[in-house]
Amino acid sequence: MAVYVNILGAGLAGMTAARTLAKNNIHVRLFSVQVSQRAQSNLAEGGLNAALNMMGEDDDINQHYEDTMKGGCYIANPDMVKGLCEGAPSIVDEMKRIGVPWHMENGHIIQRPFGGQKKRRTCFCMSSTGKILTTASIDDTRKYEDSGLIERYTHHKFAGILVNNNKCIGIKIYDNHEGTYNNYSGPVIICSGGMNGMFPGRTTGTTSNTGSVTAMLFNSGVKLSNLEFIQYHPTTVRITDKRMLISEAARGEGGRLCYLDDDKKVSFMEDKFGERGNLMPRDVVSKEIALINKTTYLDMTGLNSDIWNNRLSDLRQEIIDYLHKDPAYELIEVAPGIHYFMGGIKVDINHETNIEGLYAAGECAAAYHGANRLGGNSLLGAIYGGKTAAKSIIKSLDRFDYINDLNELSDDLNGNIFLTDDEKAKDIMLTDILSKTMGILRDETSLNLGLCELENIETNNASFEFKSRLNLAKAITECAISRRESRGAHNRTDYPESNDSYKKPTTVSLVNNEIIIE
Amino acid sequence: MKKILHIKRQLNSNSESYYENFVYESDNENATVATALLTTPVIWEHSCLQKKCGACAMVINGKPALACNTRLADMDCEIINIEPLRKFPVIQDLRVDRQALMDKLKELKVWLESDSINGNENISYEASRCLECGLCLEVCPNYYMDGKFGGMAAMTPLARIIDKSSKDQHKELKKNYKKGVYNSCGKSLACRDICPAKIDIDKLLVKSNAAAIWNRWNKE
Repeated sequence: MAVYVNILGAGLAGMTAARTLAKNNIHVRLFSVQVSQRAQSNLAEGGLNAALNMMGEDDDINQHYEDTMKGGCYIANPDMVKGLCEGAPSIVDEMKRIGVPWHMENGHIIQRPFGGQKKRRTCFCMSSTGKILTTASIDDTRKYEDSGLIERYTHHKFAGILVNNNKCIGIKIYDNHEGTYNNYSGPVIICSGGMNGMFPGRTTGTTSNTGSVTAMLFNSGVKLSNLEFIQYHPTTVRITDKRMLISEAARGEGGRLCYLDDDKKVSFMEDKFGERGNLMPRDVVSKEIALINKTTYLDMTGLNSDIWNNRLSDLRQEIIDYLHKDPAYELIEVAPGIHYFMGGIKVDINHETNIEGLYAAGECAAAYHGANRLGGNSLLGAIYGGKTAAKSIIKSLDRFDYINDLNELSDDLNGNIFLTDDEKAKDIMLTDILSKTMGILRDETSLNLGLCELENIETNNASFEFKSRLNLAKAITECAISRRESRGAHNRTDYPESNDSYKKPTTVSLVNNEIIIE
Repeated sequence: MKKILHIKRQLNSNSESYYENFVYESDNENATVATALLTTPVIWEHSCLQKKCGACAMVINGKPALACNTRLADMDCEIINIEPLRKFPVIQDLRVDRQALMDKLKELKVWLESDSINGNENISYEASRCLECGLCLEVCPNYYMDGKFGGMAAMTPLARIIDKSSKDQHKELKKNYKKGVYNSCGKSLACRDICPAKIDIDKLLVKSNAAAIWNRWNKE
């Protein structure tokens, strides 16, 4: 029978993995709840980092590597980060070849400065880079759908992995339109995005990234890593149903942070960190905003018309639409908001999890960003991660078992799988506790209090999804308790300094319903 | 602010539809139809909630719109009529099956067969912004599902491919553009006003017509 690889999630990571496999004549099933146009990849704004050295600043791959390692506070896997940075220039080129209109001047790609990077390294398409990259990827993926190598299963939802002797033999999928379950044989790549739904309404992400896939995998024995590292992006604004991102590109192109003292602008980041203060890594900026504890503004009034017209016109329009203010003339009130999850499914350099045949790529995987992700490295990580997972599978195809009819296989996933309507209220309680507990500044007392409240939530007769979400919430909290230091996005007021004995990733697993931290 | 959401519901694609009212009260003047729908058990597609993904397309007080882009305070009436898009089959409540959009793009071969040429970056950028939400098809007098015409939801992505394609693809693109867009567009341009991404449709049409109809392709 034909070899099939199952990919869950059709954003940039999933589509890239699918195309990499299809180019090698391997059949792919691409499952997603919604079409790729709805994926969170579309929301990425500022750009994609690659040491192309287009700006005459003597940039090179090693400096990209150094900045990424430093930004992540030296706990990301150095070999993986090296691969990411080495792979970046060819990704920019591949994207160009599938038609991405990178911002160019005089025939050359232009790169903008971004946070935590010493050189101008971020390639961009206005402030809609994710959308433009995703569109080109969707069109290119369609070519392989037409040839039959990629089969899309839209409106299909994850219901569990099928594991035999610690080997992933397939995936269980629920068809939202038909209301039926099906098992599909073959290796699996999870590209399900970040855990936004564990903090609903409080992130810049989508409502489709519920966090349940990560939670259910955790409950099925998949190890997770670095859950305590949650990126608060310094410049977000509250709109009605969520937090809206104001891209780091605003500061990359000259925007400045300030607070007002008797109507006088105080540029607190520049005062403390010098000229490049506004472009410190996101963890540093968000922590400063939390510590000064004053209403903070983004001042873009000094940007010239060329920048507004040719590089940030989309951002300006978005601010006008949602805040009814023109950032070219007015200060914009901003505050840190949850934007990215550095932690997630633990993967090795091949993007394989602790379960053989199960891979993860994109934001759902804890891979390249350590304790804090640099802006411009998430689009890169999604594309590079998707490619790497696919290539690993290609190299070891004969390792996988294919079972003709997995529907005959009995599994333990047949009970009540998904959240019931009655559980939705309990889920709100759970996410409220988690949001309160996992703020920018944390301490042992409040973390323990949060954990205690989570432990009081009843799980008798609960669905698999709800039990899993509760265990994930506890795991996130326990990761934060166990790291008794401050590093990157994890700020402990009771342990304000970093401590070398914690200079490594956290690993968490569920064994006999008990959360084990390594 | 108090609004009554008068929502057309349907249990599944084969069942009869019915209307149900939900009361939404809030002092948040920026609350949208999406904000209100999130408080109901009604089934609808949503994802980004900031008009960047096109998921929440529906018909609000007779007008096709994104729920996340429709402020409740902007509507004078207390009762808000909410229905699913009419040109696509209903799956449940406000969720419709827009697969026909994707199938049309496949039929018209909307992809680059070989490496992209440089082309016109502005055209390509503009065309890449399409959300594939389907609102343009809902208001189009010439579009119906399974017909030959792909509407603006096909013209926009095709404009990118026309701009970026090399010569070996021109013949087929020309045929597909004629068949899927040019021959059936009645130029009502209702799509232009309804597009939530405010895509400059005129610019794309002019450029694509010039290339695919009048053979003035990008020379490279």
